[in-house]
Amino acid sequence: MRPDLQIIQKWIEPESRVLDLGCGDGTLLTLLKETKRVESIGLEIDAANIQQCIKNGVNVIEQNIDKGLSNFETDSFDTVVLTQTLQALSSPDELIDEMLRIGKRGIVTFPNFGNWRSRIYLASKGRMPVSKFMPYQWYDTPNIHFCTVKDFDELCANKGIEVLTRMVVDSKHKRGWGVGILPNLLGETAIYHLTRNKIRDQ
Amino acid sequence: MNESLLKNSVGIVKPQKCHFDSPLNLRSGKILPNFDLVFETYGELNENRSNAILVCHALSGDHHAAGLHSLDDKKPGWWDACIGPGKAIDTDVFFVVCPNNLGGCGGSTGPASINPETGKFFGPDFPVVTVRDWVNSQAMLADKLKISKWMAVIGGSLGGMQVLRWAISYPEQLHSAICIAAAPKLSAQNIAFNEVARQSITNDPDFCEGYYLDKGTYPKRGLTLARMVGHITYLSDSAMRAKFGKTVSDFEKEGDNFGRDLRAGTLSFGFNVDFQVESYLHYQGERFSKNFDANTYLLMTKALDYFDPSFDFNGDLSKAFSASKCRFLLVSFSTDWRFPPERSREIVNALLNTKKEISYVEIDADQGHDAFLMPIPRYTSALKSYLCRLHNEIENNAP
Repeated sequence: MRPDLQIIQKWIEPESRVLDLGCGDGTLLTLLKETKRVESIGLEIDAANIQQCIKNGVNVIEQNIDKGLSNFETDSFDTVVLTQTLQALSSPDELIDEMLRIGKRGIVTFPNFGNWRSRIYLASKGRMPVSKFMPYQWYDTPNIHFCTVKDFDELCANKGIEVLTRMVVDSKHKRGWGVGILPNLLGETAIYHLTRNKIRDQ
Repeated sequence: MNESLLKNSVGIVKPQKCHFDSPLNLRSGKILPNFDLVFETYGELNENRSNAILVCHALSGDHHAAGLHSLDDKKPGWWDACIGPGKAIDTDVFFVVCPNNLGGCGGSTGPASINPETGKFFGPDFPVVTVRDWVNSQAMLADKLKISKWMAVIGGSLGGMQVLRWAISYPEQLHSAICIAAAPKLSAQNIAFNEVARQSITNDPDFCEGYYLDKGTYPKRGLTLARMVGHITYLSDSAMRAKFGKTVSDFEKEGDNFGRDLRAGTLSFGFNVDFQVESYLHYQGERFSKNFDANTYLLMTKALDYFDPSFDFNGDLSKAFSASKCRFLLVSFSTDWRFPPERSREIVNALLNTKKEISYVEIDADQGHDAFLMPIPRYTSALKSYLCRLHNEIENNAP
């Protein structure tokens, strides 16, 4: 199982309502249904993934999250999840707002562009990093809004979003001591547990 | 005889008839004291009576959804693409029931039936029935068949509207509602097309105020015209271009002639049929007029126009579904302009707002509204997987 999904699982309350944005083949929601008995809905646009969700008994709605989530009511879910999709959205900042409008809490995971591999690649080759982890060329990548852990921290601060937990894992998907000290340099995947700012709640 | 029609088919089927002596209170306030429902079944009901699927038909459909009535039939039932052994609605696994709706002309009590009180055809005196009335009568049929809970109620178009009504009116009596290519209510444009169809029927001199059967005739021209208009709304622009654009004329060597195939290879410079599409519509319309009752057509279009489950809830569709307990699957088709994907999404959003279990797929298909009748791979696999998964869950949870 993808390591970010394993970590996310721990943050989901039993029998809560979960919305998974870009749910893929429904792996996370299947897991959560089994382990936490959650009520869930996944959004997906890939036909093969949707078919797999239906096969797995995952509630899936064919909807492009890049076109907005205005059809979802405020506070209609406990947790809204967005895994490894933030960087592919046209307006990631607006989507984060929407996530925290629809859900009381949000979980976001993304590849950390501030990782040392990306830095060395760009510094030494002078070219956009291409790796096993991010295998695209600059012109054909679906990842149009890369950010670093620092960038995302700043976005949350600017929006007054409270970061409940931040986890960063390295390429071996471990949380070594080094990653704890230098998350933006050593971390490859960032995992955030967010809740909306207190000012808006009052 | 056409052997190929028997391949993966439920085979030769025989309609059944069920008589109901208990009165049916109609939405209009009128009462139908007794009535018949004609229906077909495919597959076997299991011991737990837990594998039953109700299929609801659309405007021009009937109880003959799959298989053949005789080996001389040129065409199988209207949803043979999806119902049969190994098909999306797998008759090796499920027991499928498809009734002809009240007011229909397939054998259930309707305008073309004899009114037992007068000994004459009901004709225009048959009461206007609504989707709700149909569903109430289908629930009475379920009681007779001793099916206390459908595994699924499935329908496309007007059939999908019956599915929604089932989920609202009989929340305890279905595990799942599968609503295909439908809308939560008709738009002004939808109603407008229906009114053109009705006007063409009622303005035909052979309509005789609806008493045409008593006079031994029927409004052939009106019903033909009504069907021609309807048929256009079932097809997409691209499907029509493809269907009627098979020849390439000298001055359109590019290949796409916009579906302007000529019937006789040359223009007539008169007001006769020049293009293939015209001839096709004439043929379809006329064929339909011979097999369908005009009063039933009027009645079915009215049932469509009146359908609006939000009406009892001050226009709030979410509230209409609040008592529903089943899970939902909604399907729409990209080129359907009669009930386009946006209309299905209205239903999806209403269900989301009332926290129902729901899945929704939008199938890329060229065939317009008619796509719901076609064996489109993504569509049929979604349907099959959904039913299969649900069946397994129900059987595993059974005591």
